[in-house]
Amino acid sequence: MTQLQKTYKQNQKLLIEVGIVLVIALFLIVIMPIILPSFRLNLLGRFLSLSIVALGIDLIWGYTGMLSLGHGVFFALGGYAIAMYLKLQIPAGSSSQLPEFMSLYGVTELPWFWQPFYSFPFTLIAIFIIPAIVGGILGYLIFRNRIRGVYFSILTQAMTIVFFNFFNGQQKLINGTNGLTDFKTILGLSFTEERTKVIFYILTVILLVIAYALCRWLTSGRFGRLLVAIRDDEPRVRFSGYNPTGFKVLVFAISAGLAGMAGAMFTLQTGIISPKAMDIAFSIEMVIWVAVGGRATLIGAIIGTLIVNFGKSLLSEQFPEIWLFFQGALFLIVVMVLPNGIVGWFQQDGLDKILNLFGINRRYATTYPSLEEDPEVEYERQLLEKEKRDREI
Amino acid sequence: MTNNAINTNQKVLEINNLTVSFDGFKALNDLTFNMDVGELRVVIGPNGAGKTTFQDVITGKVKPTTGEVFFNQKSLTGLSEYQIARLGIGRKFQTPRVYLNLTVKENLELSCNHNKNVLATLLKKPHSSEKMTVKNLLQTIGLSHKATIQAAYLSHGEKQWLEIGMLVAQSPDLLLVDEPVAGLTDEETFLTGELLLSLAESHSILVVEHDMEFVRQIAKKVTVLHQGSVLCEGTMDEVQSDPRVIEVYLGKSDE
Repeated sequence: MTQLQKTYKQNQKLLIEVGIVLVIALFLIVIMPIILPSFRLNLLGRFLSLSIVALGIDLIWGYTGMLSLGHGVFFALGGYAIAMYLKLQIPAGSSSQLPEFMSLYGVTELPWFWQPFYSFPFTLIAIFIIPAIVGGILGYLIFRNRIRGVYFSILTQAMTIVFFNFFNGQQKLINGTNGLTDFKTILGLSFTEERTKVIFYILTVILLVIAYALCRWLTSGRFGRLLVAIRDDEPRVRFSGYNPTGFKVLVFAISAGLAGMAGAMFTLQTGIISPKAMDIAFSIEMVIWVAVGGRATLIGAIIGTLIVNFGKSLLSEQFPEIWLFFQGALFLIVVMVLPNGIVGWFQQDGLDKILNLFGINRRYATTYPSLEEDPEVEYERQLLEKEKRDREI
Repeated sequence: MTNNAINTNQKVLEINNLTVSFDGFKALNDLTFNMDVGELRVVIGPNGAGKTTFQDVITGKVKPTTGEVFFNQKSLTGLSEYQIARLGIGRKFQTPRVYLNLTVKENLELSCNHNKNVLATLLKKPHSSEKMTVKNLLQTIGLSHKATIQAAYLSHGEKQWLEIGMLVAQSPDLLLVDEPVAGLTDEETFLTGELLLSLAESHSILVVEHDMEFVRQIAKKVTVLHQGSVLCEGTMDEVQSDPRVIEVYLGKSDE
């Protein structure tokens, strides 16, 4: 194939993928609000925002080999950012121009770090940038000291404990363990209106598409292949002339920013953010979604999140006591039977098995290409064929 | 001698009194070593002589306890592995270390990249000259027909050659090659020797090997390491007949 033909084929594949993504997005945006009742649509919206975190985790874990067990921190930072903006939306005629919990604790002046959140543009930027900066700084300090593997994961867990304890303890500053809730309006839209909830849902779908596109771009081409190389043999990458630190910091910061975005959308649709989001269990759940869906596949992250969360919601409704057992069983199944997750299994075996059911055999027994092209082997093969024919005569 | 003659005025590698001590155990003991630009030098020595530690120090993986390494008159003290790699030292490892989940072509492209910074790797497209280099390398190492196969599916010998290809793709001035023919058939060994000899016309190469036939095929000057320092240096004949070398490899002979 000439270079031109190769490029054409690549562009075709890309266009098909873009097409599929747009079709799915349109289906979610236009069709779903019509066929789903309001409660289920809200669930779908929440789970789609959780998919955004999962994408970030697949980016750093599936592709770059960094197992973060503390992404709940970044998720919560984004959630708190939007919540602080919302709590400052106090109607002009109110008795106090402070969020109610502050009046409750006798705070008379708005703390300095709340001030910037009067501005909506600032809030929008902060939702992505603040977690990204925190992630970037932490990542830099960790990676430049070549801390990897299990120790890195432990550090991310320590990070959740530190942040959890801080947020939990600050009653006067940020309402501590109760979190921020009771949102009234945003940009003129009331939280009680049905229309507002649909708008949040649509916004989540759009952000998910953008997040997917971003991760897709990062994981393709040379940069993506370098991430895989870092995952598989980081010391070797240094000898190839690359400094892995910069790459790891960049993807870690981006995944933290994505978690922040997800946290904000989740908060809008659940109406509350509290230090519970920085729970270690929640952060570990995020990793399980990606493991179930399939690491290093991106769509696996989204599918895994939806399956596990809808499963949890369904089972919690029918059999509330069984959910924990089910989660354990899920973990066992993934580790023992589907180590590459659902999408991974599908890509390797599943598609062929399903096609076989319809009588389509896509692959015959493969052999090494060098054997097929080796002239000596080819000669032997022809000799054997000739002998066989001679015997038959 | 061809025009790419060994330039005895310029030393590509100059090491003086290098000692590497691991908790009291001296892996390298007051080692002094020099190599000219354009030379193909072979380092031999029994196991435990310090050959791998020697390479680890040059490439920055291990810090010297005392002593300094000079590469083209530049000191390598305090530089990290990727900085040393960018300066022009490339390394091939004892067991082939290629990126198994990438294809052969992608392995070479990764090594070939001219600008290895984060943003450049992310935003810039590979230069056409890089594509040409990769294509030529694939031919040189004989893996053109396997360019799109995952490196994990290559045979051991092919992985060795891929790694040499990756090494050359970095366009280093000095190649450190650690046991390039370990586990190869006689024919593959000979071909590897030919490959290294042709590379030696435009690079300086330091080969560590055990296979004496192979060493004979490629070496002009041989250095023998023993217990962390240089035991003797010379041509293959000189070294093989040196009584100290015989003693170290075969044990004391009854005189």
